[in-house]
Amino acid sequence: MGSKQEIEQKQRRKKQFAEMGIAISLLIVLSVLLPAVLPAFQLRLAGRFFALAIVALGLDLIWGYTGLLSLGHGIFFALGGYALAMHLKLQLPEGQLPEFFTLYGVKELPLFWQPFHSFPVTLLAIFAIPGIVAGLLGYLVFRNRIKGVYFSILTQAALLVFFNLFNGQQELINGTNGLKTDTETIFGVLVSSDDAQKAFYVITIILLGLIYYLCRWLTSGRFGRLLVAIRDDETRVRFSGYDPTGYKVLVFAISGAIAGIAGALYTAQTGIITPSFMEVPFSIEMVIWVAVGGRATLIGAIIGTLLVQLARTFLSGNFPEVWLFFQGALFLIVVTVLPDGIVGWVKNQGWKDVFAWFGYRPRVQTYPSLEQDLEVIKEKQDILGE
Amino acid sequence: MENILEIENLTVSFDGFKALNNLNFRMNAGELRVVIGPNGAGKTTFLDVITGKVQPTSGCVLFKGRNLQNIPEFKIARLGIGRKFQTPRVYLNLTVRENLDLVCNRNKNVFSTLFSRPKSAERRTVSGLIETVGLEAKVDLSASLLSHGEKQRLEIGMLVAQSPDLLLVDEPAAGLTDEETENVGALLLALAESHSIIAIEHDMEFVRQIANNQVTVLHQGSVLCEGTMDEVQNDEQVIEVYLGEAPPTPGE
Repeated sequence: MGSKQEIEQKQRRKKQFAEMGIAISLLIVLSVLLPAVLPAFQLRLAGRFFALAIVALGLDLIWGYTGLLSLGHGIFFALGGYALAMHLKLQLPEGQLPEFFTLYGVKELPLFWQPFHSFPVTLLAIFAIPGIVAGLLGYLVFRNRIKGVYFSILTQAALLVFFNLFNGQQELINGTNGLKTDTETIFGVLVSSDDAQKAFYVITIILLGLIYYLCRWLTSGRFGRLLVAIRDDETRVRFSGYDPTGYKVLVFAISGAIAGIAGALYTAQTGIITPSFMEVPFSIEMVIWVAVGGRATLIGAIIGTLLVQLARTFLSGNFPEVWLFFQGALFLIVVTVLPDGIVGWVKNQGWKDVFAWFGYRPRVQTYPSLEQDLEVIKEKQDILGE
Repeated sequence: MENILEIENLTVSFDGFKALNNLNFRMNAGELRVVIGPNGAGKTTFLDVITGKVQPTSGCVLFKGRNLQNIPEFKIARLGIGRKFQTPRVYLNLTVRENLDLVCNRNKNVFSTLFSRPKSAERRTVSGLIETVGLEAKVDLSASLLSHGEKQRLEIGMLVAQSPDLLLVDEPAAGLTDEETENVGALLLALAESHSIIAIEHDMEFVRQIANNQVTVLHQGSVLCEGTMDEVQNDEQVIEVYLGEAPPTPGE
């Protein structure tokens, strides 16, 4: 059987090689060709879509693989966005305050704004703060063995708490008006200028690639299989000597950190962050993107986000009144007809069912169960080998 | 011989209903003990208490002389108690090999699971176990495609992969065909050579196959009687509450 293993290994290496090629060429097309071809406005739109795809990746990690349906990812998304926006707001001459403070009679910069003077601290804060918040929230919830719908409801409640907190604090972070970033500068360049936006776009593409590979690494190997095991039967995991709490907290924190990065990139390419990023429908939409693309596939999360966003741009531009109906219908279709999403449908060769509706059935050579029975395959190989 | 498990005056009550009532139980290391009893006798609660799923209302469980009170389930599992559930509980979306590999992992902390690669010794253990449970042809098949009996055997293999000192097996023969039942019985007997085992069972045919030592009868949350299979079968109380009158057999 030694030779068989070698062949398998060779095939695997070939597959990896091909995958690598596809990934690199995609990266080149997206980060070099697209910016050269697309007009600035559309490039900015594309950059926002890709930023949203990043948060969908993080959501797939906890929902698709670990079975934790978070309806509150807007918290982490907004925290990352606010971190970047606060840094941009502080690009002022020494001693000056962002203008909105003067409206409310604030004379001194609040203490928690101080660290955001520094660019490296801001970069750290973009993923560390949402990661830590997610980790703490996760620890409190998972330690008490709260799961399923109760977990989802709790995350949604947390979302409302954060929304009200940010919405109400006008003297601290400009409340409901949010922080405008378009008119600020970064490294002396206007954030809304074409060059800066192009740079943000390329950074988004690169981070999307890196985070995709991070998620791939996390979900392959023992750690990933344990996540699936927790999703499928947590009690069994416990009786096998694993403490699921630590695993769930870690993966939830990572997912929160990823959402924070996505939020920062989205904010920079939207031009403003407001508490509306923490409204309930937005967090639920994120879940829809993952469901449409296909849970526990990673690539599905990206595809789902891009498709829904493209459809949204097209429909809300041409027929603004139908968009919400379309989104509702989309969710119903996915739940009832495509429970595994688009990628799952392709993987399960769902098109064969569609052909079958039109009376075309692929001819079966023999009993399919026999063709796939490993014992039969082994025997066949033994006969041929001898 | 040293007692691997000692249970003293154990009572578990759910809202006043005593699932276990002043139960006393002890068992030697290396023993294969079969626990039988009518429905509602408290057999599953008995296992729940040992594995930490249910906390006792009073009394205590000593495993190798150590009190298990307030120790979480995963730590009890790491101390060396493995449990098989009544319905086979394997990870359906993982392959047979992945199922065993997960349990076989020596260091189950988060970061070592994330960063370390499977050691060759662990990989050898997994291959050995696949042979022991007889699933060589299906190693790379997802566990959801296994038959009921194969799942039972895989779960027993997962228990052994944990390398526990004490195996708790809850109705391993439930829902199996006669041939599969015999397979599972033979597997348990083979494992009994190197492990202590408590098996809970209803199927008297199967109990006769594996009970080479003591049998414990539970009734209404406490031990009704303990002894060899023959003693138990002829005990009047046991016949009354559980076995029922044996049909008159000609020639006896």
